[in-house]
Amino acid sequence: MEDIAEFIKKIEFEMDEIEPDTIKPETNFRELEQWSSMMGLIFIALIDTEYNVTLNGNDLINCVTVNDLYQVVKSKI
Amino acid sequence: MALTTINNVKITAISACVPKQTESNLDYDLLTESEKKLLVKTTGIENRRVARPGMCTSDLCFESAEQIINEYKINRDEIDVLIFVSQTLDYFLPATSIILQDRLKLSKNTLAFDIVLGCSGYAYGLSVICSLMSNGNFKKGLLLVGDKSTFSLSKEDKSTYPLFGDAGTATYIEYDTTASPIDFNLQSDGSGYKAIMIPDGGTRSPWTKKTDKKIVLEKGVKRNMRNLWLDGIEVFNFSIREAPTNILTLLDYNKTTIEDYDYVVFHQANLLMNECIRKKIKAPTEKVPYTLKDFGNTSSASIPLTMVVELKDKLTKQSNIILSAFGVGLSWGSVAIKKAKINCLPLIELD
Repeated sequence: MEDIAEFIKKIEFEMDEIEPDTIKPETNFRELEQWSSMMGLIFIALIDTEYNVTLNGNDLINCVTVNDLYQVVKSKI
Repeated sequence: MALTTINNVKITAISACVPKQTESNLDYDLLTESEKKLLVKTTGIENRRVARPGMCTSDLCFESAEQIINEYKINRDEIDVLIFVSQTLDYFLPATSIILQDRLKLSKNTLAFDIVLGCSGYAYGLSVICSLMSNGNFKKGLLLVGDKSTFSLSKEDKSTYPLFGDAGTATYIEYDTTASPIDFNLQSDGSGYKAIMIPDGGTRSPWTKKTDKKIVLEKGVKRNMRNLWLDGIEVFNFSIREAPTNILTLLDYNKTTIEDYDYVVFHQANLLMNECIRKKIKAPTEKVPYTLKDFGNTSSASIPLTMVVELKDKLTKQSNIILSAFGVGLSWGSVAIKKAKINCLPLIELD
C-alpha cells in the first residue's frame, strides 16, 4: 500500500473546502470542521474504491486519528 | 441460487404517480448550510415528494393503474392478476390489493394479494407476477408497487428524514408467446434485518407506552420505536458488496455482458452508493439514469419511477435493460429484460 501521505491526499480531495496539508497523521478527523456522519460514508466509499477494502461501522468507531484509519486499511489489504 | 428465467410474458407499460407536494432538503432546518451542501452532493437528493395525511400508497398506485387501464382501454373484467408490493399497507388486514380490486372495479375472478417488500420489491414483484402468468392461464396482470415512506420518518432525524420520498406505480404485464425471456437473480439475507427497520408495531414487539418515547442518538438524530431506523454504514457496505455481485452473476447466467444492455436502472438509494455499484459493474454513466435529485429514495417505486421520468422516450425503442434493487430485509435482486419495448406513460401528480 502507498504511504500515508498519499492516503491523506486522497482524503483531502474528498473533503470540500479544506486547505491542503490541514490533515496530519495524528489529526482527529472527527474534530475537523468539515466532519459529519456523512463524511463517514464518503470515507468508506473512497476506501472501497481505492483499496477494495470494506470498513464496517466498528472499524470506523475504533479509529480516532487519520493514522488509525490508515493502519486499519493497511491491515485489511 | 435463485437464478431463473421466465418466458411468455411482456412488460407492456409502466405508469407512476407522486404527491404534488414537494419538500426541499435546502429548507430542512436540522442541517447547517454546509451539511445541506454535503448532503445534496453525497446523496444526490435535493427534493422529495411528500404525501399529505390521508394520502396512501394505494391512492398513488390506484391513479397509476387507472392511467394504464384508460390508455389501453383494458376491459376491467380481463385483468386476471393484481399484486400490490408495499411496506405501507392501508390496514393491518385485509390485504390492500383486495381493496384495490374493488376500487379499480376489477372482476371478482381477479387473483389479488400483497407482497411486503421495500427496496427490492420491484424485482421480486416482477418475478412473482411473471411466474404466475407465464403458463398462459392468466393473460393480463397489474403489478402495483410503491411506498409512503414518509409516514414512518422522524422529522427530527437528520440521518433519515432527508432521504425518502413517496411514490406509487403500476406495471402492465401481458401473456405473449413471442416475448423474450426475462432473467432474474433474487437473494435474501435476514441476518441483516436490523439494518433498516421499524422496530415496534408488529407481533414481535407490539406498541407499548414506550413506543412513542423519543430517543436521542446524537445531535439531530431523534426518533422513536414507531419510526424508521436506518444503519447507514451497514446498508452502504451491504449494497456495494452484494448488488454488483448479484448483477454480474446474472450476466454470467444468461451469457451476456454489460455492453449488451442499453440501460441499467438501479434502485435509487443514494448517489454515492449507486455510483460505487455502477463503477463495480463497469456501466458507463450514460446508461444509468437517476431520479434522486427530485424524488429521493422512493423505496420499491424507485425503479419504475425512474423508467417513467428518465427513460420515457427511450424505451419505446427496443432496448435491453438491467434492473437492480437492494435494501431492507436485507433483500436484493436483479432482472435482465431483453428486447423490451415498454410504454412509459406521463408522470401523474396527485394533489
